[in-house]
Amino acid sequence: MSTKSTKTAVLERRQVLKGVGFGALALAGTGLASREALATPEKATEYLAKMTGGAASKEGRVTVKLPEIAENGRTVPITISIDSPMTDNDYVKSVFVVAEGNPSPEVISFTMSPAMGKAEVSTRMRLGKTQNVRAAAIMSDGSVFTGTKQVKVTIGGCGG
Amino acid sequence: MSKKPRVKVPKQAKAGELIQLKTLMSHVMETGNRKDSKTGKLIPRQIINKFVCKFNGKEVMSAELQPAIAANPYIAFYAKATESGTFDFEWTEDGGEVIKASGEITVS
Amino acid sequence: MKYTKYVASAAGLLGLGALLVACSPAEPKLESGYDFATPETQAMQDDDFSNPGFMWVDIGAEEWATVDGEAGKSCESCHGDLSTMKGVTTSYPKYNADDKKMRALQHQINNCRTEQMKAKAWKWESDQMLGMSAIIKNQSKGMPLNVSIKGEAAPFYEKGKEFYFQRRGTLDMACKHCHIDYPGVKIRAEVLSNGLPNGFPTYRLKWQKLGSLHRRFRGCNSNIRAEPYERGSEEYTNLELFLTHRANGVAVESPSVRK
Ligand code: HEC
Ligand code: HEC
Repeated sequence: MSTKSTKTAVLERRQVLKGVGFGALALAGTGLASREALATPEKATEYLAKMTGGAASKEGRVTVKLPEIAENGRTVPITISIDSPMTDNDYVKSVFVVAEGNPSPEVISFTMSPAMGKAEVSTRMRLGKTQNVRAAAIMSDGSVFTGTKQVKVTIGGCGG
Repeated sequence: MSKKPRVKVPKQAKAGELIQLKTLMSHVMETGNRKDSKTGKLIPRQIINKFVCKFNGKEVMSAELQPAIAANPYIAFYAKATESGTFDFEWTEDGGEVIKASGEITVS
Repeated sequence: MKYTKYVASAAGLLGLGALLVACSPAEPKLESGYDFATPETQAMQDDDFSNPGFMWVDIGAEEWATVDGEAGKSCESCHGDLSTMKGVTTSYPKYNADDKKMRALQHQINNCRTEQMKAKAWKWESDQMLGMSAIIKNQSKGMPLNVSIKGEAAPFYEKGKEFYFQRRGTLDMACKHCHIDYPGVKIRAEVLSNGLPNGFPTYRLKWQKLGSLHRRFRGCNSNIRAEPYERGSEEYTNLELFLTHRANGVAVESPSVRK
């Protein structure tokens, strides 16, 4: 690891010596970076509280799967799975996904049914920067469970 | 390219088997936050905001999408095979246009 | 991601002070951009269904059988099944005696459209052209690139090579400075690869769509603040020949998924 960062430094220094740093390379945004104020963990919490009707929530049963490092924030695969038997009397009713550092916290929400047999969904999302992504699941008995995952976002700098 | 869905439904399954359904919808998912580089004006939001999957007319799963969903929305999920029939998929775009696709399954 | 050995090789080059060698000394075996991608990006490419590039492959399949132009023909009318295209593109760009220059696959497709079908040429970056080139290249998926630079192709190869090693732009850099000297090394947030053409057209997460190799060339030129050339230009076609020859032996992945 240390060798790698040294080399990065060398590469950049060489450019700086020429008068132009790699910092000059255009770093494009993800399309989410905007004039709006960013969402905050508080806003995300507020939104989830609203969606779950203010019910007390517990950590657990909800797993958010994201890459450790997202190569480009414009398309990041995400899987949300909830530990539930998905039977007629015990299933997941709905799931809300929020991102703490995007322009607005909402990402996607799902209405589920026992016909799914397994409470797991996958999609692809946009991430403006390194941040936490959270999901809250409302169970058929009204209880609410949450899960969180941090994701590092590296944004592409080459190729227009 | 605009608004063409791809769906993957297994052709066959055994009763009680868990099957995975995959969907991919070609769409730009314009966030409404981007500026046109030539005019400097904001490009209006235009996204797929809703997705519904039904089996033989009954809802299995639905989703409400926000601009934070990536272009060409991909949604994969599960269903329990119970009987032969049709999975119907529906995507609703801002403005109300509905795009549909379906897939048949034979359950033995 | 396996880049430790490249770091070693980049260090070696630096040690020699050989920052601008006209021709690369024995390069390590070249690896596809795939090998530099994260497992998640690789997984997206591996599954033909979840690979979004296949939305364009679908378009290609439809166009293959669509009658267009005054001759009343489709590609299928003359070529039959798409599988007849297996292996064809591994030798592109290819010298064409009528044009007296190299033809990239897109040139050949448009030539068939205008000459054989009496139909309008497709734009280089149109969904139809991306789809058709993706589906034709996909017939050779897994086969090694194998272009010839002998005979008539030789002078074009030389031009492409010159382009590759030529410093340009405000940053005064050549393709080689990034893709030969530093594969595996991070430039800001991005890990550099060998910069090979074997996965094109590629679905870039950044573009959020499929894009051509010449679009990538334009991006790499712009990023060093150099004037990009037109897609399909002789300059980029010769560069494609050089690059594809450099990648000879590397397997076709089209349509690939890249960051
Ligand atoms: C009227 C018949 C005809 C039609 C229609 C036609 N082609 Fe062709 N195609 C040919 C002939 C003849 C050749 C070989 C001679 C040449 O290189 O021009 C050829 C060559 C090719 C090649 C190169 C094969 C190689 O081995 O290098 C490709 C690729 C190709 N065609 C693609 C297409 C596509 C894609 C379409 C539809 C958009 C199409 N063709 C429509 C007649 C046709
Ligand atoms: C400032 C450094 C830099 C220079 C100079 C540069 N590129 Fe790139 N290039 C990149 C980066 C960063 C990427 C994305 C990561 C990767 O695959 O290397 C890339 C990607 C590519 C790819 C895509 C590889 C794949 O697997 O999809 C090709 C092809 C390419 N470059 C060709 C070129 C050519 C040809 C030139 C010269 C005209 C060039 N590059 C100059 C930085 C550079």
